[in-house]
Amino acid sequence: MSNPQQLRYSKEHEWLSAAEDGVSTVGITEFAANALGDVVYAQLPEVGSAVTAGETCGELESTKSVSDLYSPVTGEVTEINEDVVNDPSLVNSAPFEGGWLFRVRVTEEPSDLLSADEYTAQNAG
Amino acid sequence: MTPSVMSDALGDDRPMSSTEIRRTALDALHRSLGATMTDFAGWDMPLRYGSERDEHLAVRTKAGLFDLSHMGEITVTGPQAAALLNHALVGNIASVGVGRARYTMICRADGGILDDLIVYRLAETEYMVVANASNAQVVLDALTERAAGFDAEVRDDRDAYALIAVQGPESPGILASLTDADLDGLKYYAGLPGTVAGIPALIARTGYTGEDGFELFVRPEHAVELWQALTKAGEGAGLVPCGLSCRDTLRLEAGMPLYGHELNTGLTPFDAGLGRVVKFDKEGDFVGREALEAAAARSRENPPRVLVGLVAEGRRVPRAGYPVVAGGEVIGEVTSGAPSPTLGRPIAMAYVDAAHAAPGTPGVGVDIRGTHEPYEVVALPFYKRQK
Repeated sequence: MSNPQQLRYSKEHEWLSAAEDGVSTVGITEFAANALGDVVYAQLPEVGSAVTAGETCGELESTKSVSDLYSPVTGEVTEINEDVVNDPSLVNSAPFEGGWLFRVRVTEEPSDLLSADEYTAQNAG
Repeated sequence: MTPSVMSDALGDDRPMSSTEIRRTALDALHRSLGATMTDFAGWDMPLRYGSERDEHLAVRTKAGLFDLSHMGEITVTGPQAAALLNHALVGNIASVGVGRARYTMICRADGGILDDLIVYRLAETEYMVVANASNAQVVLDALTERAAGFDAEVRDDRDAYALIAVQGPESPGILASLTDADLDGLKYYAGLPGTVAGIPALIARTGYTGEDGFELFVRPEHAVELWQALTKAGEGAGLVPCGLSCRDTLRLEAGMPLYGHELNTGLTPFDAGLGRVVKFDKEGDFVGREALEAAAARSRENPPRVLVGLVAEGRRVPRAGYPVVAGGEVIGEVTSGAPSPTLGRPIAMAYVDAAHAAPGTPGVGVDIRGTHEPYEVVALPFYKRQK
């Protein structure tokens, strides 16, 4: 699996796209989706809600476990992926594309986001 | 995402006495197939190869191939093998015909369940007891201790066997292409010695999936060859390798208990709704009789909690340990829960107070991390195959 170079990553396995008009897209990585197994339920933050970098903003349930979803940045949620709400398996089949989770108007970024290479190295360790 | 996603919630997370991870004879093969491995009762076992949902559905509609070599085989032989097992276990093992198998339990003197077992009668004076991996040592110790005074030998055969299961509606056809054994004559819960792909095997028509299927006990050095032969024979029939994750959802849909979840030393077979496995009318005394007679009376007159099925109205998944609630009160506890691939909704088994145990009891929910989600009480099993 390869982690797209144009994205940045949190240690907790979320990815963040480069901002367009101040809005970035958030998802979980293929590594994380594989570790979870089949995702069967996604509880995403509400549109308009505030999210804080490193804090819980939702949860993902798979056959074997439930995992907290952390926001990689601080900001306001502008959109959630209704396709994933209706068909959570998109997180497994297309984690970097159709399986994106939410969009956020970023007000603050933490300093410890990883590049694709740094994130890949973290998971190899 | 939390790092906890990397750990597994398969359930059998009791601490092991040994820190050494055990690997089956098929370990390298699992890795070559890209399996996600998990620690299960001290064994490094395949959790899934790809999508656990796809593996589950393959077993329901076609066929699945499982490595179950972690299961614990114990051989009991000798003139008094039957008498020993009748004394040590709660079932009437002496009445099992040669070539047949029986689901049974081993209990403590106080009636608490030490393990649930399948016992195969291989010959007049030879039985094979198959214990859960997590309890194999406990069962071996108990049988050895209980054998005192009997003319019978208890032998640890855990390392003598690999166990490969082929389960699902296509499994008879797949196996038939590799053996001359009379599979049509092999009933559910029967086992016979034979050869599969030229490999000596005990062929048993048993499983833990709710489907027709077979379990093949072979010498570990033959495991890879047998796995490969079955894989090839199943190519055209939709056979896929399957991990323990789908084995758990398959058995849950079939309403089958899992030790450490629905069964434990704090419960008697009667508490678990499985009092039928206890045979008071068999010859001779058996360990736990007195306590189990009391437990049987209690379950008739004043049943404690009852094991029920729960089906979600929503999509959030109940997990073992979550409280079952009604009217704001805790009335039970989930013992196993998972999204059901067959029903398309989350399901659970739970012990609930008898007053709330009837199918259709209104107002029952599960406390899912602080939110009370509505659940329907149903009779077990959730799934029964069409015969």
